Order: sequence, then C-alpha cells, then structure tokens
Amino acid sequence: MSISATTPEQAPLGRRIKRFMSDYPLVPLIILLVLLVLVLNIIQPGILNQRWVGNTIKFAIPLALMAGCQTMTMLTGGIDLSVGTAATMAAFIVATQGAIHDPATAMLMALVPALCIGFVNGIGVGVFRVHPLIMTLGTSLIGVGCLQVYQRTVIASGAKVPDFLIWLGTGVTWGFPNALLLFIPVAALLIFIQKRTGFGRLLYAIGDNERATRLAGVKYWQVILALYMFSSLLAGVMGLLYMGLIRAPSLSLAEPLVLTSVAAAVIGGTSIFGGRGSYTGTIVGALILQVMITLLTVLQMPEGARRMLFGAIILAVTAAYLRIIDDK
Amino acid sequence: MMRILRQQGWIAGLLVLFVLLFIAARVIQPSYGAGDFGSLVSAVLPFAFAVAAQTVVVIAGGIDLSVAAMMAVTSVTAAALMAGASEEFALLVVPFVLLMGFALGALNGILIVVTRVPDIVVTLATLFMLQGAALLILPAPGGGSADWLRSLIFGTVPLPVLPAAVTAWFPKALLLLVVLLCIVWIPLKRSRLGLSIYAIGSNELAAFRSGVPVARTKILAYAIGGLFGAMGGLSLTMSTGIGAPIPGPYLMASVAAVVLGGVVLGGGKGGLLGPIIAVFVLRLARTVLTLLAIDPNVTAIVEGTILVAVVMFGAFIAMRSRQS
Repeated sequence: MSISATTPEQAPLGRRIKRFMSDYPLVPLIILLVLLVLVLNIIQPGILNQRWVGNTIKFAIPLALMAGCQTMTMLTGGIDLSVGTAATMAAFIVATQGAIHDPATAMLMALVPALCIGFVNGIGVGVFRVHPLIMTLGTSLIGVGCLQVYQRTVIASGAKVPDFLIWLGTGVTWGFPNALLLFIPVAALLIFIQKRTGFGRLLYAIGDNERATRLAGVKYWQVILALYMFSSLLAGVMGLLYMGLIRAPSLSLAEPLVLTSVAAAVIGGTSIFGGRGSYTGTIVGALILQVMITLLTVLQMPEGARRMLFGAIILAVTAAYLRIIDDK
Repeated sequence: MMRILRQQGWIAGLLVLFVLLFIAARVIQPSYGAGDFGSLVSAVLPFAFAVAAQTVVVIAGGIDLSVAAMMAVTSVTAAALMAGASEEFALLVVPFVLLMGFALGALNGILIVVTRVPDIVVTLATLFMLQGAALLILPAPGGGSADWLRSLIFGTVPLPVLPAAVTAWFPKALLLLVVLLCIVWIPLKRSRLGLSIYAIGSNELAAFRSGVPVARTKILAYAIGGLFGAMGGLSLTMSTGIGAPIPGPYLMASVAAVVLGGVVLGGGKGGLLGPIIAVFVLRLARTVLTLLAIDPNVTAIVEGTILVAVVMFGAFIAMRSRQS
C-alpha cells in the first residue's frame, strides 16, 4: 500500500484495479448491477419496464433489511443465522394474533420473541464467548421448536394479516412501492449508526481488533448484547413487512432468505471477518442478488443449482477480499 | 498421567450419566428393555457418524459446518443409485459413496488451504453447495436401498453360545458402528497422520516449524471427516430406505456432542470415545423426555436448550483454559 501510494504511476495495472476496487467498492458493484440488468434485457427483451423495476425493489427490500442484520453483526466479525427464525416468528405471530387483537397490539406482541432471541444470542456471544454462528444456529433451533408449539395453540383461531402490513408490503403509490416508506428511514438509520455514532465505531473497532478494543476499556459484552438485540429487532420488523408481501403465514416463511442475506452482505463488500463494510454496499448487493434471482428464474435454473451458485459466490467473494486485504 | 486420568474420568462420568438415564427410562416405563435399546442404537447411528466426522475436524483445529449437508448429499446419491438396481449393484454403490464423501471432505480441506479463508466460512459455503447438489440429485425424498444393506442395521447379532436374552442386547447397528469407527480411528490414532492432526490442532505454527506438513494434514483431516459423513449418509439411507435432500439436525447435535465429549473447540485435545458416548447420552435424554409423555415439539425445545447450554458451557471452559 505505502509503496504503490507514493508512486502510483509505476504500479502495475492489476494492482491499481485492486486498489481502486478496495477504495471504491461501490463502483464495481453498480457496474455489475447494470451489466446484469443488460444481460436480463437481452435474454428477455422488453422485461425492463416500470412494473418490473417496482417488483424487483419490492422483493429486494426484505432481503436488504435482513442483509442489514448480517452487515451489522459481520462488522464485529460475527454472523446472525437466527434472523430467519426471528422474522418468521414475528410474521407468524402477527398473522395469528391479528385475528384476535388490533393490529398495533399484534405487531408489538410479534416483536417480543424476536427480541428474546436477540437477548439470548447476545448473552451467549458476548458473555460466554460462543462462536456467533453456532450460537445463532442454536437459538434458531429453539425458536423453531417454540413456534411449532405456539402453532398448535392458535390453530383454531385462524389468521389475519393486518391491512396496514398488506398496504405496506404490496401497495404501490405513484409507481413506487410503499415498502420504501419503511425501508428509506431504516436504511438511513443503519447508515447513520454505522457512520456517525459511537456505537457504530465500536462495532468497526471490535471487528478490527477485539483485544485492543477491550484493552481500551470497551465493555465488549454490552456492545455485543445491544448489537444482537438490534439485529433480531430488525429481523422482526423485516418479518412483519415480509408477511404483508407474501400474505400466507407459514412456519418457514423467511428461512430461505437467510443464506441470500449473507450473500448480499458479502457481495456488498462487508468483510465476514469484521471491521470492513457499509450498509450502502449491502443494499446494492441485495439488488444484484434480486436481479440474479430473476435471471436464474428466466433461465429456469433449479433451486439446487441456485443454492450451489450462492455458496460459490460467498466463497469466491470472501477469498477475493482476503487477497485484497493481504496486499495492503 | 494426571491428564489421562482426568480424561478417563470424564468418559467414566459420561458412562455413569448414560446408565443413570437408562435407569430413569426403566423407572418411568418398566418395559423399557433390549428392544428399545436396539431402536435407540439405530436412531443414534447417523448422529454418531456425524459426531465422528466433527470430532476429527475439531481435533485438527477446524470446524465442519457442512457435515449435515454432506450426509444429505451422500444419502441421496446412495438412494438414487440403488433405486431399482440389483442387490449386487449396491456392493459397488457403497464404496463409491464412501469415496465420494472422502473426496468432498478433501475438497473442503483444499478450499480452506488454498483460499486461506477460515474453516467456518468455507464450510458454510460448501454447506450451501452440498445442499444444492443434494437437491439436484433428488428434488424430493425418494430412491431406494438394497435389502442386504438395510438388514445390516436391523435385528441383533446372533451369538451361538449365548442365550437369546443376552444377544438381545447386542443390536447389529451397535456392532456396525463400533467396527466402522474402529477401522478408521484406531489405525489413524496410531499413525503419524493422527499425531500430526493433534499437532496442528494444538498449535499450527509450532507444528509447521517441527516439520509437520500442515496443509496435507488439514486436507486429510477434512477428508476423513467426509468419509465419516458418507458413513452417516449411508446409515440414513439404510435406516429409512430412501434419501432425503434436506439436511437433518446433525450439525448442532454433532457440535454439542463433541463439546460434551471432552473435545475442546479449538483443537488438539480429546478422543473419539467421549463424543460417541456423549451422543448416546443426548439421544437417551430425548427418549426419557418422550417417555415422560412430553409433547414432541416441547421435547425439541428442551433438546435445543440443552444443546445451546452445552455449547455455552464448552465455550466458557475453553475461555477459562485460555486465560489460565
């Protein structure tokens, strides 16, 4: 880094491209997004219209919200695999309680279990120092069990998704999806937390060098506890929105999005080792994946091949970032 | 000497726990006997192989998140190949699937060594890839299994000298488990490779500087893990007669049993016997909960809580030992 920075004109092209990509990760991402849309338009001419754009954004928003959980936790070198369960619980509870209580109460009730999952995650990771991946996998197992027990108690009462959520999830105003009303403030909040608050800086600091951060007097477990509770809350909100979009309660509603959300954050330039990344990149990553999913659907690729592709993408992108960091 | 004693003490404690749980099962349901023990063993079989796979990798200082997906992909491959095929053909399928597990495990190791990405991320990525591959091979549960293969794990071992009341306590599945684990583990533990696996697990840099081929050892550790995973996949096909492309709950259970069995997450310590007994304890605990007539879904919650608590405890112990 220091040599190439003092004599940039002598640096080989490959290194300059690498440096540019690590300094401005958004530029190659947006180029990739545009390329994918162009490919899609060549394969299926005429697909590119306002309705398609609106639909893509509508489905990319829940993904981007869930990828927000991954971005935040990955900044500290963690990961949150329980977000699928937290979101599903929130969605299922709001649909079933919506039939009994008024929408506001149902929504508040729906967010409680999500917060509980986040609390247990935070204690496990922050106090007992369990690896986040194993901890969140474990809590998601418990959560699924709880949801199954809960399902049997409400099986008679039926389900009703609050109208407000349906309006938010599926509605379109002046060509823009209503979900943007939720997404733009949340995205702004996430970016604000990451860039402008002490909490956000602590996340980067812990991901960069946990030991140094602790020696500097940071209460590690408090930061981690707040982080995982925030992540689960965000997942719960995402579950509510997703319920409004899908409108059919099920016990595995948001589960398929977990893997994709990890991929979105990784593609968006968030390092899975912590300390690097931003939510802006993740949003573009989610859009890229959503376009890619359309592309794979147009190409009639089976679900299995899609999963294999996502796994390969996560591995390839992580390895590539590792090379870039190594060069510095 | 003290360390050996302490390790044996841990295993003895697990055995006592197993016996206590068994007595509890008999107290709750006096008819709980040899037949139920046989069905416990055949239910444990896939879990035990998953635990064995995880144990080898954890001792080498890694972790294999893809173990359940590995079992799914080998299970569907075996089931898809054996569907409608002759009994003799299955003789070829079994070595092929074992070889496939070995190769896929080695691929895990190679990816870790070549990309220098941490084990946990690589095996997470291969978890998705293997899951996808399993779905491509069999989109829905199906396939078949050779009858002779299935008969290997059902029934009891006929011992001509002993009376039937005694042989009833020796299910074939237990024999199969013990034989397969011993065939792989005992030569491994006594070989230079086994020593290298422990060495890279306890201190990779020190092992490298003492001339241990770290990359090759790591790849082989994952390959042996893959081999055990393939055995687990085959045992799934054997016990159900079909292959299911969706991975079962083997990942979390394997990590918990490894921790409970006295293998330190981080590597270098422990053996195979402890985790295997631990997985028996965990499954028997589940049986006891079922015998208490608890709703199966609640049982799932209790089991998940036990697993999480065990993993938390293990992490706590590891943290303590790092500090001291």
